[in-house]
Amino acid sequence: MRPVYAVSGGVSKFAKARPDKTFPALVKEAYDYAIADIGLTHRQFIELVDGSVASYFSDHFARQLMAGIMAQDYLGLCPKPGHRVEGGGATGGICFQEAWKAIASGYMDICLAYGFETMSHVATWKGNEFIALASDVSFDYPVGGFYSGYYAMMVTRHMKEFGTTPEQMAYVSVKNHMNAYHNPYAQKREKLTIADVRAAPMVAWPLTRLDICVMSDGAAATILCSEEGLAKLEKASGQRIKRVLVKGIGRGTDAMRMADRPHQKYEDFVKYNLLPSEDTAETRAYYKALWKKGFRYPGVHSFRAGRMASKEAYQNAGITDPLHEISFVELHDAYTSSEIQTYEDMGLCRYGEGGPFAASGKAFLPNIKYGLKLPDKPICPVNPSGGLIACGHPVGATGLMQAVFAIWQLQGTIGKHFGDTALQVKQAKRGAIHSHAGTGTYVTVSILEKED
Amino acid sequence: MAGNKMEETFGGYVVHTVPFPDKLDRAALKALKKMSPLLIEQPYSITYLHSYAQDSPFFAGLASGHYLVSRDAETGYTYATPRGHDMYTGAETEWVEIPAEGTVHAFTVCHFGSEEFLPECPYVLVQVEFPGVDTLFLARLVDVDPALASLDWIGMKVKGRFRRLSKFKPTDLYFYPVKG
Repeated sequence: MRPVYAVSGGVSKFAKARPDKTFPALVKEAYDYAIADIGLTHRQFIELVDGSVASYFSDHFARQLMAGIMAQDYLGLCPKPGHRVEGGGATGGICFQEAWKAIASGYMDICLAYGFETMSHVATWKGNEFIALASDVSFDYPVGGFYSGYYAMMVTRHMKEFGTTPEQMAYVSVKNHMNAYHNPYAQKREKLTIADVRAAPMVAWPLTRLDICVMSDGAAATILCSEEGLAKLEKASGQRIKRVLVKGIGRGTDAMRMADRPHQKYEDFVKYNLLPSEDTAETRAYYKALWKKGFRYPGVHSFRAGRMASKEAYQNAGITDPLHEISFVELHDAYTSSEIQTYEDMGLCRYGEGGPFAASGKAFLPNIKYGLKLPDKPICPVNPSGGLIACGHPVGATGLMQAVFAIWQLQGTIGKHFGDTALQVKQAKRGAIHSHAGTGTYVTVSILEKED
Repeated sequence: MAGNKMEETFGGYVVHTVPFPDKLDRAALKALKKMSPLLIEQPYSITYLHSYAQDSPFFAGLASGHYLVSRDAETGYTYATPRGHDMYTGAETEWVEIPAEGTVHAFTVCHFGSEEFLPECPYVLVQVEFPGVDTLFLARLVDVDPALASLDWIGMKVKGRFRRLSKFKPTDLYFYPVKG
């Protein structure tokens, strides 16, 4: 494997509906931004780019099969190589990693990863039905197929086992909406209180409307390249590009039906799922005590796929203490509850500690006034962009949007792109992006690093 | 569902023409760039012939008042939701019947749902665990007040009831609380 750089990105404005542009034109909006940001014209870039990977989740939403080639065609990338990837909510994260593979393997020197989703073409509740078709249509969907319901079931178990509270989940909503207040790309830029979140209409107990991301129309694009590719881009643009290295990737999977996920014994958890950062006598004793109380892993409360993706990515990136070695995380917060579950999967805290961690302040940004009493100082801001909950979740674009925001954080250019420096993580050295497919089936984690 | 917005609906008036410039001179052609997008409705309806294939005995069992689950012959690992092959041994599973009596492992009350299920809201979803069975079963729970959702429901003993007239869906088996 050779080094892979993520050099540029662009994001279309995420909105509930973008009837002003077709999906290929939305991708073009993101693509044009990405090439302009490294000082290239379309003609220059097309001369250099070797191929692409396209990301979109659902053929149902577009009612257009082979939508990928339509974007490829519209961008002017034909006849270069390209393919579409699909893995539910993780489609964007998978796309980023497939582009990484194209470069790392030596197949390409410059690869464009682009993604989109246009979810406004159907009514909201029909859209929920389409999404629920991403659950087993023999056994899950017919019982009351509804993703918010699936995640709500997971969190009731999390609450029961660990004492996690809806108020702790509301901290995530307040944080992410408030962060998005400074992000012009975000769909929902709102100043909320814990009381607002809890008073919002109940969707699936205990998740309210403000615990859940919204559907969106949007697109995102990133450019990945090898050292040789970087040299070509710099030669063409006549400028030095700020280097962001994709240091390591990881991916995990789990059973489609959450009912089928195992309830492993302690020894198997330690053997297969323990992170190096957790491999201390104290933490082993902590987990042993959990097992004595009936905790089983992963069950329905934890995402084994997220843990395995993190474990692999950390190993590849040489991370042994994620909370202190990662400057920020953009993670897949389709639900406030899943952000809490993901803190644990990613080892920002131990399993069972996600609730208190959410309300501790450790995942907040230092320069934003949240109107909350936070006992701890920020350590590793999570979803500084506002995450899915506030930015929106045009599925195929989401994982790439995270990559773009991470590139900008590590280049130190948030102020330039957002017109506001409030969300810039100071001295951002290393970022993690985490993309997750329902209900924890495919998860990707990629580690990006600033290279001086 | 937003409190301060009317529900947006499809099904507007049928329109067969739209305002358009009389003369397509340069200025008019340029002005077309500012035109609002045209939105049309495209109905899409289809009936699938879905085969339950190797899982068919499960649904036939529900229709006859029997709860069949899958078991690996070698290890005894048992799946409350059927699967044709065991994920650990890779071997074909066997059918075994178990009593539809268990406890609530996790739950939610859906106050909204996919379009197909909206008329049934609020409804209660549960993951049911059964003694000696390694995985769970997703089902509906009845006879609880959806307005009184409580974590105390987890661990509650529940019993299955088979729908008298089968619909050949997993909801042919649903659960209700039992005392004690």
